[in-house]
Amino acid sequence: MDLTYTAEERDFRARLREWLAKTLPELPARPSPDDWPGRRAYDLGWQRRLYEAGYAGLHWPVDAGGRGATPTQHLIFLEETERAGAPYVGANFVGLLHAGPTIAAEGTAGQRARWLPPVLRGDEVWCQGFSEPDAGSDLASLRTRAVRDGDHYVITGSKIWTSHAEVADWCELLVRTQPVSAEVPKHRGISWLAMPMDAPGVTVRPLRTLAGSTEFAEVFLDEVRVPVANRVGAENDGWRVTMVTLSFERGTAFVGEVVACRRTLGGLARTAKANGRWDDPVLRRRLGRLYGEFGALWRLTQWNVSESERSGGVPGIGGSVFKLAYSHARQELYDVAAEVLGAASLSLDEEWTLERLSSLSYTIAAGTSQIQRNIVAERILGLPKGR
Amino acid sequence: MDFQPTEEQRDLRAGVRDLLEGRYGREALRASVDSGPAVDRGLWRELGAAGFFALRIPESEGGVGLGLPEAAVVFEEAGRALVPGPLVATHLAAGVVPGAAAGTAVVTAFDLGGDLVAYLAEADAVLGADGLPDGEPVRAADPLTPLHRVRRRGGAAAPGDGPAQGSAYVSEGALLTAALQVGSALRTVELAVRYAGEREQFGQPIGAFQAVKHSCAQMLVRAEVARTAVYAAAVTGEPGEVAAAKLLADEAAVRGARDCLQVYGGMGFTWEADVHLHLKRAWVRAEQWRTAAEAEELLAAELLDSAELPDPAG
Ligand SMILES: Cc1cc2nc3c(=O)[nH]c(=O)nc-3n(C[C@H](O)[C@H](O)[C@H](O)COP(=O)(O)OP(=O)(O)OC[C@H]3O[C@@H](n4cnc5c(N)ncnc54)[C@H](O)[C@@H]3O)c2cc1C
Repeated sequence: MDLTYTAEERDFRARLREWLAKTLPELPARPSPDDWPGRRAYDLGWQRRLYEAGYAGLHWPVDAGGRGATPTQHLIFLEETERAGAPYVGANFVGLLHAGPTIAAEGTAGQRARWLPPVLRGDEVWCQGFSEPDAGSDLASLRTRAVRDGDHYVITGSKIWTSHAEVADWCELLVRTQPVSAEVPKHRGISWLAMPMDAPGVTVRPLRTLAGSTEFAEVFLDEVRVPVANRVGAENDGWRVTMVTLSFERGTAFVGEVVACRRTLGGLARTAKANGRWDDPVLRRRLGRLYGEFGALWRLTQWNVSESERSGGVPGIGGSVFKLAYSHARQELYDVAAEVLGAASLSLDEEWTLERLSSLSYTIAAGTSQIQRNIVAERILGLPKGR
Repeated sequence: MDFQPTEEQRDLRAGVRDLLEGRYGREALRASVDSGPAVDRGLWRELGAAGFFALRIPESEGGVGLGLPEAAVVFEEAGRALVPGPLVATHLAAGVVPGAAAGTAVVTAFDLGGDLVAYLAEADAVLGADGLPDGEPVRAADPLTPLHRVRRRGGAAAPGDGPAQGSAYVSEGALLTAALQVGSALRTVELAVRYAGEREQFGQPIGAFQAVKHSCAQMLVRAEVARTAVYAAAVTGEPGEVAAAKLLADEAAVRGARDCLQVYGGMGFTWEADVHLHLKRAWVRAEQWRTAAEAEELLAAELLDSAELPDPAG
């Protein structure tokens, strides 16, 4: 059990810090949360800078255009960019963390060459069209149909909760290519397609979240024609293709956020000290406990990263344990923030109030807490599946 | 960075588990519950011979020459097996109190708040104190942690703020106690999962009911977070990390045993099932060396210090 970094890792960190110190002051002002074209441009601009400096796709394999960095280097990258206050992956989330890795793992050489470089360069944005109105936690029951017509699929159906759909160029789309029947269980008969968002028949209707902004959307598909060549993996094998990379989403997606939460705790302590709330031992102890918890979550991240380093880069199932602990700790953090602020927490001008609202999605998005508990209980502990 | 157990650490764990399964398995545990003694001198010497107490004494001084991470692994196993006795105090006394390293002496400590001392009648010495104080036996909640009430003598410090408190021992004592808690927490997950897989109601194993299943999943989440915190604290030795480890491990052990009890149903409320032994010992350990309130206050103070410093990354 070694928590020290190698000379190479320290050197990597030092060079990254230097680059961040030089680059961050050159960034344009952040766009407002409602300015979607502005947000797209900002997020892509940041990705472009990463690309030019050789940090894009750090942990992707070299033959996919990545840098083949170790999980530990990737961890250092996420830690340092967060500490320095660098932009988040934002609109690049699906491209970098899900669709991209899926194409890298399962795509043909031609598919990799077409789709991966624009993600790394910051030219194209992807969104994730998995959830449907009647297929959320039970994703495999999805019904959006794709029917073969020559060398195209003709797709009809609808997707929901599609983050960044308004500004995306591509959608990683799960469709049913074979109807469910006695011979075809719901997990088969699904295919993974790359769908251009500007194809005729695609309609995006933004949905307003409880935080007031339009972070996600409904996507209606009305006889949309997508080339068969845009299918990644074999026909009807899309479920497996997707699961290969879902673990990536849970693996390292929250590293930067844990660092950010620890910084927020520092801010809470300063504010509580200044407004006198610090003298309340109940509140003070809750803050102390959260400080301990987030410290432990950081160590759990390092533990999981070291584990995946030993297993050759595949994130383990421990991601579900982490996500459960983290998503609840994050909600507790912003509840405590509200207690530090008192009535001021009712104002949307407080940054922590918006964060408190957005923290509510953490136990739902990317697999609800109940689904994560099922995964932990059935796949780690081996408890029987329910009826 | 390679924050995973080394080959040697894995072997060490396997070795200790084998030793304890052979020497202090379930039958031995239940025998000591039914008829005592709480501290088996023979077992104590065997633990000593196996290097349990001399683990961190340098090889040049006759010890095993290992560090806190290895001690955490070993104590986790002892917590799992519910080995009774002042393991932590005797380990800390190795090299200080004659006989502790070899396990020929039993050393307890003033590691509880108030005026209670554990294992006083069994002990040859109290860590950091001259001689053994007089005490009145108290009926103890944990059948394997006998307690004595010690009276204040002529202005002498009460045990709660006695020599072992506030000393260098506290941090290591808290860490090793946290490791015991983690072992117990992980064991109660195993017990609950096994029971939930075997016991059937409404025509299915109770583990197929989500209320039961999710309770088991949360037990594991708490235990895994606590375990990582304990290992990290063992590696860095930082006081804040130790406090966090103790806090999280106490909670994992106490709540784990409570949830396990619930999974067991009526069986969980019996003397016969081992669940209450885990719960009662977890309650004892939660009061030892550093309580939740102390840990949280320590962490709060550290948080405030770190918040008032400039960002180290800057
Ligand atoms: C902010 C945000 C962004 C999102 N972005 C995307 C995106 O970009 N692309 C995309 O495809 N999806 C996205 N989602 C959708 C997300 O994946 C789903 O909301 C999630 O999987 C839950 O599905 P659902 O909303 O249909 O809820 P449901 O599945 O209907 O669940 C409702 C409740 O029932 C519980 N429940 C359901 N099944 C079980 C079960 N078997 N056992 C116990 N309890 C159960 C759930 O835990 C939940 O509490 C996003 C969601 C949010 C909140």
